[in-house]
Amino acid sequence: MSEGGLFTAWRAMLVRDLTLAMRRRADVLTSLFFFIIVVSLFPLGVSPEMAMLRGIAPGVIWVAALLATMLSLGRMFSDDHQDGSLEQMLLLPQSLSVLVLGKVLAHWVVSGMPLVLLSPLLGMQLGLAADAIGLLMLTLLLGTPVLSLIGAIGAALTLGVRGGGVLVSLLVLPLYIPVLIFGTGAVDASLGGMDYEGHLSLLGAFLVIALLSTPLATAAALRISVE
Amino acid sequence: MLEVRDLECVRGDHRLFSGLNFCLQAGELLYLRGSNGSGKTSLLRTVCGLLEPSEGEVLWRGKNIRVQRDEYNAELTYLGHLNGAKGELTAFENLRLSCALSGAAVSAETVYEALERIGLGGREDLPMQVLSQGQKRRVALARLLLSRAALWVLDEPFTALDVGAVGQLAALIEGHLQKGGMAMFTTHQLVEIGAGAVQEINLDKVAA
Repeated sequence: MSEGGLFTAWRAMLVRDLTLAMRRRADVLTSLFFFIIVVSLFPLGVSPEMAMLRGIAPGVIWVAALLATMLSLGRMFSDDHQDGSLEQMLLLPQSLSVLVLGKVLAHWVVSGMPLVLLSPLLGMQLGLAADAIGLLMLTLLLGTPVLSLIGAIGAALTLGVRGGGVLVSLLVLPLYIPVLIFGTGAVDASLGGMDYEGHLSLLGAFLVIALLSTPLATAAALRISVE
Repeated sequence: MLEVRDLECVRGDHRLFSGLNFCLQAGELLYLRGSNGSGKTSLLRTVCGLLEPSEGEVLWRGKNIRVQRDEYNAELTYLGHLNGAKGELTAFENLRLSCALSGAAVSAETVYEALERIGLGGREDLPMQVLSQGQKRRVALARLLLSRAALWVLDEPFTALDVGAVGQLAALIEGHLQKGGMAMFTTHQLVEIGAGAVQEINLDKVAA
């Protein structure tokens, strides 16, 4: 197939998934509210002291972002699997990994980007200063696409498996650990007055590696799951 | 064109068929018969490349389909049990996006015309989930109208269709064969398709 055909198909995949998300807004909003509520529980449960909250804020927001992403992963392929769209997707004359990239991008726009945009509000709630909030947003901007990319592998592998949702968490959460460490590490370092550029570079490197490798793994996992 | 060599299909611990051979040339129709659970759907999915055969191979233009997936898929249209259409999208959006996904952007008029021809005139802009079973099936069949694929693999295409639509689909398959296309299908209904060369395989009679 020509390159034009591949781009047409990629764009159609993106448009389709975004349109579907617009028409199923409830699904999207639940994981966002989950994110807000999890973060808001900490001042109530741990301590309302600002100094304490400021110290744990990056970790709390990042862990909540991981969990919110987990919630939305199940939907990435399961609807397509049930209505037969996935079969049709595997039979397209296009590179499956490129189409997967379109789907993952749609997933990030719907469930990752809103987390980035909401994080300043939650950062303020936990008493973070403006520059720390900016840095937190940057780490989330670099890190949440990695979460969607890695999560796609788990979602594809657990398609059609009973209790798939829990299984995805067990498969994927350990793989999220490096992103979590360097995401929170950058903000912690800046709060402690240290250099944080190394953390950001590593997050960027994770993103590049994930962009290049995970679509291939996801495509292979989808072919196995459909059999 | 399409050649199946010594194919064996195993699902779980159960061997559905083995040693299956057939060849499909341009303009030929293959009518697949067999009782429930005899492996008709598995055979069709294997021919499409969705299932790996446990033994044997599927060749397209002399080459194994596994080594030329994109080229093969460009010449293949598969219609399964599931319609592969989204309930939240309208019939128009479903058809247009499925064309775009196969790499061929089509104009809105072409899509409207195809839906009109398949008998969904006036319902193009309704979400799929409010359509009846037969109408949903028609949306899936509308893909055949716009398909330029040489090989049509149809799994129970007549299910849920009314008499008129059955006749229309039979005529559509006939037209496809006359243009030198190939088709394989399964059905439990009695359908007359006036094609030149019709092969028939009864999976109940193929050794397991």
